[in-house]
Amino acid sequence: MPPDDATLSDAGLPAIGSGRILLIACGALAHEILALKRLNDWTHLDLQCLPANLHLWPDRIPAAVEQAVASHRAGYDDIFIVYADCGTGGLLQAKCAELGVQMIEGPHCYSFFEGNAAFAAKADDEFTAFYLTDFLVRQFDAFVWRPMGLDRHPELREMYFGNYTKLIYQAQTDDPALDAKAMDCAHRLNLAYQRRFTGYGDLATALTQVAAAPAAP
Amino acid sequence: MADDEIILADLSDDELVLQMHDDLYDGLKEEIEDGVNILIKRGWTPYDVLTRALVAGMTIVGNDFRDGILFVPEVLLSANAMKSGMFILKPLLVETGAPRMGKMVIGTVKGDIHDIGKNLVAMMMEGAGFEVLDLGINNSVEKYLDALEAEKPDILGMSALLTTTMPYMKVVIDTMKEKGLRDDYIVLVGGAPLNEEFGRAIGADAYCRDAAVAVETAKAWVARKHNQLSA
Repeated sequence: MPPDDATLSDAGLPAIGSGRILLIACGALAHEILALKRLNDWTHLDLQCLPANLHLWPDRIPAAVEQAVASHRAGYDDIFIVYADCGTGGLLQAKCAELGVQMIEGPHCYSFFEGNAAFAAKADDEFTAFYLTDFLVRQFDAFVWRPMGLDRHPELREMYFGNYTKLIYQAQTDDPALDAKAMDCAHRLNLAYQRRFTGYGDLATALTQVAAAPAAP
Repeated sequence: MADDEIILADLSDDELVLQMHDDLYDGLKEEIEDGVNILIKRGWTPYDVLTRALVAGMTIVGNDFRDGILFVPEVLLSANAMKSGMFILKPLLVETGAPRMGKMVIGTVKGDIHDIGKNLVAMMMEGAGFEVLDLGINNSVEKYLDALEAEKPDILGMSALLTTTMPYMKVVIDTMKEKGLRDDYIVLVGGAPLNEEFGRAIGADAYCRDAAVAVETAKAWVARKHNQLSA
């Protein structure tokens, strides 16, 4: 059974220790990666998630990834990093190159869920959009509302979101309850609302390639 | 009235300035407005109120933000309080005159609507005596160049929050080079995903990690530029 979102936010998810390829991922992607593992019977992929709340301090992500790689390198044939750039300004990519591990392409999960090419193509029309994924809808208060101080100082909303025009909920799953919650998030931010089903996008494509890599001789 | 309520008008100048530092730290907009008005009535120059009460107080806020003691929401509340104080002082500063450090054109790059950091930098630069023209968000290279041509500033400041938009700074700098304008301006860049290496790689003069660093960097570069001109 996957851990609850609060655990994924604060503590992450430890690897099980079985499988020849380790995925080191953001805790915000745990449900989606575990779903893809189940769907595809990827028993040779193990998953360790770092706390999703690292996103509140993106500069800490490269060091956390480095530490996780160092801890697990000996136990697996290969390691794949399931973080996009995630606000590290290229430092995570540089760290992965230094460590000799691959990572998923894209600037952030909003992009690879949509499909990086499709997301980039929409940039000119959607740069005033604020994106939420399934995880972020469920964890809206923990990742948006409270860290931005909007629970204590709602008057700051205009400073944060005054230049945005709409909230786009990129749905990985069909869940009416999440749709309703996302709509409420948009209302709280005073933004127009749009739901867009993306499924797993380039995450599925990337992990399919990782899973298909031949075993070391 | 609570027994421990502080009456600003009853405080000495030194006590009032310290209290204003506390009130800025706590983001108390009305108290800052009151404090500014009291000091002006007592005969303080607008420049002294700005530097000794507001800028000095905001510097404490900036230091504690840098050191992880304060977080973005608190800094924004402090900035709002300082802004309200500056709103009172600005016309007075124009009337009475104040040392001018230089002029800056600043804006967030094309495709990016994030302006919190950029606004903080603009405010602190004004507080430090720079004249600032804020171009706002989503600025094309043409808009930057038009502003440089029209305003003839010492400094161009560019901001970006997104990994996807920060490369646009290089587009602007490369265009300045193509037009032979690059060396006419000090180019400072900033924004959450940037770092010093990126700043160097795109040909900026400096990367500024926060508003306080931006002010110090701007002062140092403007002084260097003036020294070169007078040499």
